[in-house]
Amino acid sequence: MTELMQAEYVPLYFGALAAFCVTVYVLADGLDLGVGIIFLVAPRDQDRDLMMASIEPVWDGNETWLVMGGTLLIAAFPAGYYILLPAFYLPIMFMLFALIFRGVAFGFRLQATRFRLVWDIAFSAGSMLATFCQGLILGGLIGGVPVENGMFAGGPFSFLSLLGILCGIGLIGGYALLGAGWLIWKTDGATQVFAREIAHAALILTAVMMALVSVWSALTVPEVAARWFAWPNLILLAPVPLVTLAVILSAWRGIWNGAEPRTFLLAIALFALGLIGLVVSLWPYVVPRHITVWESTSDPQTLAFIAVGLIIILPIVLAYQTHAYWVFRGKTVHLEGGYGGEGGGH
Amino acid sequence: MDAVDLARLQFAFTIGFHILWPTFTIGIAWFITLLSALWWRTGRTVYRDLMRFWMKIFALGFGMGVITGIVLSYEIGTNWAGYSRSVANVLGPMFMYETLSAFFLEAGFIGIMLFGEGRVSKGAHFFACLMVSSGAVFSATWIIASNSWMQTPAGAVADADGIFHVVDWWQAIFTPSFPYRLAHMVCASFLTGSFVVAGVSAFHLWRGHHLVASRKAFSMALWLALVLAPLQAFIGDLHGRNTLEHQPTKLAAMEGLWDTTKGPGMTVIAWPDQAEQRNLYAVEIPHLASLYLTHSWDGEVQGLKAVPPSDQPNVPVVFFAFRIMVGIAMILLATAITGLILRLRGRLFDTRSFQLLAMAVTPLGFVAVLAGWTTTEAGRQPWVIYGHLRTADAVAPVTAGAVTTSLLIFFVVYNVLMLAFIWFAGRVALKGPADTSPPALEHPGIDRTNAGLFDSDTSAPAAIGGAQQAGATS
Repeated sequence: MTELMQAEYVPLYFGALAAFCVTVYVLADGLDLGVGIIFLVAPRDQDRDLMMASIEPVWDGNETWLVMGGTLLIAAFPAGYYILLPAFYLPIMFMLFALIFRGVAFGFRLQATRFRLVWDIAFSAGSMLATFCQGLILGGLIGGVPVENGMFAGGPFSFLSLLGILCGIGLIGGYALLGAGWLIWKTDGATQVFAREIAHAALILTAVMMALVSVWSALTVPEVAARWFAWPNLILLAPVPLVTLAVILSAWRGIWNGAEPRTFLLAIALFALGLIGLVVSLWPYVVPRHITVWESTSDPQTLAFIAVGLIIILPIVLAYQTHAYWVFRGKTVHLEGGYGGEGGGH
Repeated sequence: MDAVDLARLQFAFTIGFHILWPTFTIGIAWFITLLSALWWRTGRTVYRDLMRFWMKIFALGFGMGVITGIVLSYEIGTNWAGYSRSVANVLGPMFMYETLSAFFLEAGFIGIMLFGEGRVSKGAHFFACLMVSSGAVFSATWIIASNSWMQTPAGAVADADGIFHVVDWWQAIFTPSFPYRLAHMVCASFLTGSFVVAGVSAFHLWRGHHLVASRKAFSMALWLALVLAPLQAFIGDLHGRNTLEHQPTKLAAMEGLWDTTKGPGMTVIAWPDQAEQRNLYAVEIPHLASLYLTHSWDGEVQGLKAVPPSDQPNVPVVFFAFRIMVGIAMILLATAITGLILRLRGRLFDTRSFQLLAMAVTPLGFVAVLAGWTTTEAGRQPWVIYGHLRTADAVAPVTAGAVTTSLLIFFVVYNVLMLAFIWFAGRVALKGPADTSPPALEHPGIDRTNAGLFDSDTSAPAAIGGAQQAGATS
C-alpha cells in the first residue's frame, strides 16, 4: 500500500487515467464519427434518418470525452498540453471546424426541408475531416515534435508527415468499422444489410492501414523500431500483432453470420490492441522523446485536488452515461421531439 | 497586426460568440425544468406544449454552445501556451472539474431530456431536465471561478519561472470577485432567457395565435423579469464596489475617471482621449459616482493616472461597453415595470404596443452580456493574470499566418452558423407551440380529468420515416 503511494508512482496512475479517457473517447466518439463517415454512402434517405437517430441521444456525451482529455491533460500533464497543442495547431483547428459542422448538423438536418443534402454533407464530411485530423495528430505524435527550451519549436506544418496521412486513412477505416458494427447491432432490415456490406470494406481498409502504419513507423522512427525489436521485447510483444490478426479474421467471418453485436465488439478489441501498440511505442513519454510522464506532471497539490474529483465523480459519470445508453437500448426507432422539430405526431 | 493581437482577436471573437449560447441555454434550461415539473405535478397540457416548444429551440442553442465550447478548451492550448504553462496548476483542475461536474452531467442527461418523454416517467424526465439545467449552472460556476482568479488572483504564488503553485485551494476558487461575478452572470442569463420567452410569446399574442400557451409563458417570463431586473441592478452595484476595491484601474476606466478624486461625479457620456489622458465633451453629474461607488458624498476614488499609461486598459472600449450594458439594464427594467403596471390594470395580454416593445427588447440581453464581458475582460488588460502576467507574455509559439488563417475561417464559419441558427430556431419560434389544449380546458379541474384524451395521439412514438414525411410536406 505505502509502496504504491510513493511519489514516483503517482504520475503512472494519472497516465493510466489519461489513457483510459483517450480510450473511452476513441471508442465512444469513434462509433458516432464512424456512422458519420459512412453516412453518405447509405442507399436511402430512410437509412440515414435511422443512422442519425441511433446516435442522436448519445453523441454529445461521447464527444465530451474529447474535452475531458484536453482538460485532464492541462490539469495533470501541463507540459503535454502547452507543447503538443501548438505543435498540432492546424489539425486541431480543422478538427474543431469539422466537429462544429458535424455537431450542428444533428440539430439542423431535421429542421431543414429544402437543403437537407447540405447538412447531410456537413455531417459526413465533418465526421471524415475530424477523423483524418485526429489521424494526423496521432501520426505526428509517433513521429515526434520539435521542442526547444520546453516549448514547441517547429512551424505550422511540422505536423505533416506520410505517417500522419496513413494514420488518418487508417482511423477513417477503423471508425467506419466501429460505426458499421454499431449499426449492425442497432438497426435491422435494409439498413442493417447496408451496415454489413460497408463493415466488410471498412475492415479491409483498417487491416491494411494498421499493417502499413506499423511497418512505416518501424522503418522511419528508429526509437519505435528499437522498442519493438529489442530482445526480449520481440517475444513479449509478439502476442499484440498475433492477437490483432486473429481479431481481424474473426471479425471477417462474423460480419454476415455472427451474432449482431459481434462486429462492434471486435472493432472495439481492434482499437484496444492498436492503443496497446501505441503505448508500447511511446511509453513513457507525454511529448515523445522529449518529456516523460514524470517530468510533465503538475504540482502534487494539484494532482491531489483533481484526484478527489476523479475518484468520486468519474465513476458516477460512467454510471449515468451507461444509463443513457441503456434508456435507448434495443433497435433504434425514430425519435420524436427534441431536435426533430417538424417530426412525428402529425 | 502581430501574433498577440491576432490571438487576442481570435479569442475575443470565439469566446464572445460562445458566451451567447450558455447565456441563452442556462435560462431556458431552467424554464424547461420548471415546465417539466409543472406538467408532472398538474398534468395541464399547456405546460407540456410549452415544454416541447422551448425544448426544440433549446436543443439548437445547446448544440451551438457545446461545439463552440470545445473550441475554447483547445484554443487555450493552441493560442495561449505561455498562459497555459503559467496557470496550469491552478486553472487546469478547474477546467477539469467543469468537464467532470458540468459537461458530463449535461451530456449524460440531454438525450433523456430531449428524447426521453414517453420513454421514461414524467418524474424521471423532470430529473433529467434538472440535471441538465444544474449542469449548465455548474459549468458557469467553474468558468467564472477561473475567470475570477485571473481578475483577482489569490491562493497561489508564482515561482521564479512565472509558474503558479497553489497554496490554498479554497482561496484560489473563492477569490474576492468570484461570488459577485457568478451572481451577476447567472442573473444575466436568467434575465436574457426571460426576455427571449417574453418576446417570442408577445409575437404569438400579437398575431393572435397559440393564445393559451403564449399567455402563460408571457406572464411567467414577465414575473421573472420583474424580480430579476432590480436584483441584477443590486448585484451589479455590489460587483462594482468589489471592482473598486480589487481592480481600481478597471473601475476608473469604466467611469472614465483620470485623476484620483474625492467625491467624483458620474460621467454620463464623454469621449475618453487616452493619448491626452482626459475626457472630451464630458457630461457630468457631480458627486453621483461617489454616492454609488463609496456610498458617501466625498469618498475618494482612484483615477487612471495612478498607473502608467502602459498599465492602463483601452479606456474608450471599457467606458463605452460599460455604458451599453447599463443602458440596456435600464431599458429592461423599464419594460418589466411597464409589464407590472399593465398587469395590475388587467391589460397585460392585449396591449399591442407593449407586445411590440417586448419583441423589440428580445435580443438586448445578449448585447448586454457581450458588453459586460467586454467591460470586464478589456478592463483587465494589459494583464491576463491581473498584476502578474501580461497578455503579451501569454501567447503560444505559433505563427501569425496560422492564427490569421484560423481566425478567418472562424469568422466565416461562425457567421454561417449564426445565420443557420437564426433561420432554423426562428422558424420554430415563429411556428409556435402546438395548440393541443382547447380554450375550454383552461380550468384546472376539467383539465386533469380530460388530459388523457388529448395526449393519446401525440405521445406515441412516430413511425419510421414519419419525420421525413412531415418534413417533406411542410
